[in-house]
Amino acid sequence: MFAATRSVSAAAKLAQAARLASARFNSTLVLVDPSTGALPAGTLNAVSAATQLGHPITFVVPAASQAAAQPLIDNLQPLAPAKILVAANDALAAHPTTPELIAPLVADAAKAAGATHVVGTTSAFAKDVLPRVAALLDVQAVSDVTGVVDKDTFTRPIYAGNAIATVKSKDAIKVLTVRPTAFAPAAPGSPAGAPVEVVAGATAPGAASEFVKEELVKSDRPTLDAAKVVIAGGRALKSADNFKILYDLADKLGGTVGASRAAVDAGYADNSLQIGQTGKVVAPQLYIGCGISGAIQHLAGMKDSKVIVAINKDAEAPIFQVADYGLEADLFEAVPEMTNKL
Amino acid sequence: MSSLPRILVGVKRVIDYNVKIAVRADKSWVETANVKHSLNPFCEIAIEEAVRAKEAKKVAEVIAVSCGPAKAQEVLRTALAMGADRAVHVEIPEGTEKTLEPLAVAKVLAKVAEKEKADVVMLGKQAIDDDANQTGQMVAGILGWPQATFASKVEFADKALTVTREIDGGLQTIKTPLPTVVTADLRLNTPRFASLPNIMKAKKKPLAKLSPADLGIDISPRLEILKVEEPPKRQGGGRVASVDELIDKLKNEAKVI
Repeated sequence: MFAATRSVSAAAKLAQAARLASARFNSTLVLVDPSTGALPAGTLNAVSAATQLGHPITFVVPAASQAAAQPLIDNLQPLAPAKILVAANDALAAHPTTPELIAPLVADAAKAAGATHVVGTTSAFAKDVLPRVAALLDVQAVSDVTGVVDKDTFTRPIYAGNAIATVKSKDAIKVLTVRPTAFAPAAPGSPAGAPVEVVAGATAPGAASEFVKEELVKSDRPTLDAAKVVIAGGRALKSADNFKILYDLADKLGGTVGASRAAVDAGYADNSLQIGQTGKVVAPQLYIGCGISGAIQHLAGMKDSKVIVAINKDAEAPIFQVADYGLEADLFEAVPEMTNKL
Repeated sequence: MSSLPRILVGVKRVIDYNVKIAVRADKSWVETANVKHSLNPFCEIAIEEAVRAKEAKKVAEVIAVSCGPAKAQEVLRTALAMGADRAVHVEIPEGTEKTLEPLAVAKVLAKVAEKEKADVVMLGKQAIDDDANQTGQMVAGILGWPQATFASKVEFADKALTVTREIDGGLQTIKTPLPTVVTADLRLNTPRFASLPNIMKAKKKPLAKLSPADLGIDISPRLEILKVEEPPKRQGGGRVASVDELIDKLKNEAKVI
């Protein structure tokens, strides 16, 4: 009798141990950009990609201390993580996004947690940090994932989005950045109260760069990645002042303004507004390209928009081949006319 | 002996950025045979920056390095014609370049950087073929050096670089101690054209050959390419005659405004 009871309890213990082990050895770490207390653009999309991997999610928040990370932790709790790790290093107080400090903390956390995946959204922050994490773990990262086939297999665009590669990772830990526009944002629920743990460095980071200054573009409009409507201008705008007509239309439609590389190079628009292979990738409900010819490199950043409108004087401009509605017109007449009539 | 830093610049031969690429019928990769190749545009910017620093007497030597099949020597000659002092070619067999991954290249570059006693490794921020944007960060991780990615301005100071970086919301300036890794963004500079005399001179500049095995590096891929396909085609091409028609279609047909 006793023996039977004991064996049941031993079996239960074994089962419990197995469950714990599987929880411990199948988890996905999601790296969160700590630069603002708010939930950064793209995090919700990264969470929904991470959810498709089928493992519990642990957030990793780099910060100087748990107290410093608290506003962000409060914003992450409603996403029902299994755990929130604060990757703490005092030096992050001065420069919260230093990859040299963050990468070893994330790599150590991934090893300690037995993580199978480390995920971030494709942003300047994650593109800076995650390949460094992958190198520390001696694994090949997968950039800008647009589809999760299974836990080892992913799709990603190559050649400026002109081909889609399906790749299968043989590495023990998959380090991924995911393209936010390819995954619907996860819906936050009520705060879950997941445990918060502070991890400090097991590996001493090497020399790190120092923060000097930041010049951020201030705007009341939605950010490019979050906007439902994007009005983009090209070289044909001829000056920075002329971009005003795009802003007027954007304001009417509750959207924001982007630019082609030509417009940015000419100094008509800030570099942070560049849409394309090497700038931002957007997929709004409505994209209106004004005076943009539609070079391969620009199309790479907008061709997944739901509806594409092209306004261009040149009937042969390649953008007309992807536009749902093409208007052959002088943008300096058509854009203000549209603003007035809306 | 000069105490100025030495720069190692990684360069990659890719399909020219103007080429409209085609996916192979067997979905194994994109067609690379008989297609115009050139120096990756971001690598061109990295070379230009290194050569400008040398011309300003801020660096002692510019060494160009490329990992690829025999034809990678073409882009090394371009780098030499732009002003690099010498080149290192880490040769891999023809056809293996499609599975050569950033991690393997980063290991090669880290090893060459150590061998050449480089103080700065300068790279483009991404190659326009695999669009990975990883190699520079991985080199820095492997060497344990700081990194300054997506650079739009680089100033050489004593034992450090001041780098302005293009980040999502604008610009960030950091000071990175040497040795360091820098990756170039588009707006760092406008690369020069190599003049004919310089192209001729570049033929005589030294080009050393190595193999990954010489460096003790295993370059076998970690990712298996299951297939490469064309992206879904858009049904574009519709035209409207007036602003009124456009607004009407957006409101009533597409229902996006």
